[in-house]
Amino acid sequence: MNRQVRPQPSADVLPLMGNEAIARGAWEAGVRVAAAYPGTPSTEILESLGRYPAADLYAEWSTNEKVALDVAIGAALSGVRAIACMKHVGLNVAADSLMSQSYIGAHGGLVLVVCDDPGIHSSQNEQDTRLFARFAGVPVLEPSDAQEACDFTRLAFQISEDFDTPVIVRSTTRLSHTRSVVRVGARAERPSKGFVDAPGKTVTIPANARRLHPRVIEREAKLAAWLETSPLTRLETGDRTFGIVTGSTAYLYVKEVVPRASILKLGAAWPLPEEALRAFAASVDRLLVVEELEPALETAIRAMGLAAEGKAFFPRAGELSPELVRAGLAAAGLAEAAPAPRSLGIEPMARPPVLCAGCPHTGAYLALRGIDARVAGDIGCYTLAAVEPLRSIDTTVCMGASIGNAVGMAAAGEKKPIVATIGDSTFLHSGIPPLIDAVYNKANVTVVILDNAITAMTGGQDHPGTGRTLRGESAPKVDYESICRAVGVTWIRRVDPYDIGHMYQTLREAIVHKGVSVVISERPCVLDPVKIKGAPLAVAEERCVACQSCMNLGCPALIWSDALYEGRHRVAIDAAACIGCTLCAQVCPTDCIQPMALA
Amino acid sequence: MRAEPKGEQAAAATRALNVMIVGVGGQGVLMISKALALIGQKQGLQVKQSEVHGMAKRGGAVFSHIRFGVEVWSPTIARGEADALIALEWAEGLRWIDYLRPETGVFIADTRRIVPPFACRSRRHGAPMAYARETPAEALEKVGEGFALDATAIATTLGEPRAANTVLLGVLSTSLDMPAADWLAVLDALTPPKSRAINLEAFRAGRAWAEAARDDPTLRFDAGFVPRARPADAPDMSVALVINAAWCKGCDICVKLCPERCLVLDAEQVAFLKAPHACTGCRVCEWLCPDFAIEVRTAVREAAGA
Repeated sequence: MNRQVRPQPSADVLPLMGNEAIARGAWEAGVRVAAAYPGTPSTEILESLGRYPAADLYAEWSTNEKVALDVAIGAALSGVRAIACMKHVGLNVAADSLMSQSYIGAHGGLVLVVCDDPGIHSSQNEQDTRLFARFAGVPVLEPSDAQEACDFTRLAFQISEDFDTPVIVRSTTRLSHTRSVVRVGARAERPSKGFVDAPGKTVTIPANARRLHPRVIEREAKLAAWLETSPLTRLETGDRTFGIVTGSTAYLYVKEVVPRASILKLGAAWPLPEEALRAFAASVDRLLVVEELEPALETAIRAMGLAAEGKAFFPRAGELSPELVRAGLAAAGLAEAAPAPRSLGIEPMARPPVLCAGCPHTGAYLALRGIDARVAGDIGCYTLAAVEPLRSIDTTVCMGASIGNAVGMAAAGEKKPIVATIGDSTFLHSGIPPLIDAVYNKANVTVVILDNAITAMTGGQDHPGTGRTLRGESAPKVDYESICRAVGVTWIRRVDPYDIGHMYQTLREAIVHKGVSVVISERPCVLDPVKIKGAPLAVAEERCVACQSCMNLGCPALIWSDALYEGRHRVAIDAAACIGCTLCAQVCPTDCIQPMALA
Repeated sequence: MRAEPKGEQAAAATRALNVMIVGVGGQGVLMISKALALIGQKQGLQVKQSEVHGMAKRGGAVFSHIRFGVEVWSPTIARGEADALIALEWAEGLRWIDYLRPETGVFIADTRRIVPPFACRSRRHGAPMAYARETPAEALEKVGEGFALDATAIATTLGEPRAANTVLLGVLSTSLDMPAADWLAVLDALTPPKSRAINLEAFRAGRAWAEAARDDPTLRFDAGFVPRARPADAPDMSVALVINAAWCKGCDICVKLCPERCLVLDAEQVAFLKAPHACTGCRVCEWLCPDFAIEVRTAVREAAGA
């Protein structure tokens, strides 16, 4: 441990975000192929890899996480180091490939980076990828800071080749989005090993798979043995009254709270070095496990017959913090409890995220709000239309679920008209198979494809519908109408969601159509790839009757004026925020919202 | 050359210095976080800067934790342990104020208000805006040391309202023991050429304001801050909707356009007030009914003799 040494600012020390450090580690390891589908908090890894020279590595936005992993697998089997990156729920999509690839191995070197989201900052759940690694029988490394993110990713490739296994590097939102200084190294170019050429291993027919499975179990044992003495398993000897087994960012919180404690830091959460754990347990009076989310380590350590305590004191849901670690240790009688936080009696108002001023989704959902339909939603910015004031989405499950959910609602005999709403990127990710299903099974549903020509939610990434690749080269552009026609949809309309009347009328026609109807709502995102700012509108205050119909848009450019009408606030427009989309002017019953010059 | 901490400062330096920067998406929280992290690095310290993205672009609350010291472990700051809190928006400063160290924490906030649509939800007569009510004078009483200034106004006079974040950084610079030259060098390196001059000027303006405010505590808060008043005497809110069933042809217009969604068509296809408690008497249905079948009676209008 050399943490006491002050790093001198120099060329080989860079301040990097965890995600940038992962990309750096992969680049240093000589990675040749990288693929990902964007998803918070993992998105910046591939964006960062895409900034390294094209001569060093091929990098692509894939249509979904499974495709990304399949691309990486193909590259690894062809003899080069390859990486796929995704968020935790992306691994559910890619799981099919991972489970089989575990049998096949890695050949050229295969690393899968999965970023979990404890605390659910920007996800639909907080599943724990460490359990997935155990399920698939592959090792999972858990860096705790940006330096380790770089080092562990580099090491992951080495492990992958040495043990012929895919390796998962698990990050979390906190690590991915924390910036700290990283001592970086040079890139080690690695010549291709050539194609694996071993069909007995790479074709998972039952006869081969039956032979391969025991090898996965053997590999796990070998990895566990290697981890006994690997630098990934690190013993810090301190106070012997208790010892803590920990890893990932939980290690940092432990160090913050009890810097002199005895710690066994596990750089790999699976498999586990049993001898090291037994020796550590024997060296301390009490054994604790501090880990975020599931009791993955605790359960495995207890299965070894060791008396480990963990989730009795630390929460299983949500993100850990120094406060929670201190509270847990205090509950275990091992640390002083923190003084109760003082309350200053200030009730902060809520500031939930909202759709941007001029967001095209606003028009589409305002029209939908008038239809009184059962609306199956999907994953994207537009999920924000589920809350007040638009309040027009009934369900949001996961990527691509909307259309399938709608088919099920129709099959169950739901009486309201049934509408599925799905963004362009999500439609390409996993919306096409359920659309085919709906047509094939003659479901009576309406599908609204919200085409804003970007992957907006994650900060504006390109996809096959934008006509550009990750590196900004031009690419063929998907035509949604042609896709719909090709799968057998006969009723298709393209509408500008800035025309609320037209959108509403089109939706009314769509829901009475028997069979699958598709409405393609076309308008680019106001933020990406270019920020759109038109001339702002203004309210002619004397004509505003404070009905606040425009407030149903939830537009952040609309605020209350101090002027009242019949005791209610009139409305004002924040000219700096307004982009002039005119949605509010369209819903105003007194026509008091006009271009600034007229108002 | 970097300044070596000496004497007491060396003792204080063994504990990490914790700075929180908070605001609303798009205000430049991450830019000044980066600047602070670089300055810490320039002092040869370990720096951890943690932020939550995802919702940053969508008008949600954004916050960033920066910790520097000889040894920094946790990337996040515990409640009650922030040495300084910079708020780029007034209510966001109040949201995080109890993260400050009770006796010594420094509170630096722009008094500018960005009102979220959520705050304007209730349409009822006399409904208050759901926005923080505390004034700068009240907020400053709750902290060890506080500065509440209209940084946006200062930045606007320099020609770029968005440089408010750098003004606040200038204020902070008077509370941290780091050479002014380092601050300027970092800003110089971080800002694009187009806005460099303005940012450096904004930094100096913030520093000058803070130095003046240190000498004269009456300057420490923006006296021009006007709290949002709620309408003085909330009028009688009772509302009655009179629907003439004989004239209603069930066209559905009022049902679709009621902002509170409190109307439905009944079995006879006649408009019916299903949720009278939700009706605010806004009159949209009355105005839009093509058949004059709806009349909204409010106590307010009757009192006015309308």
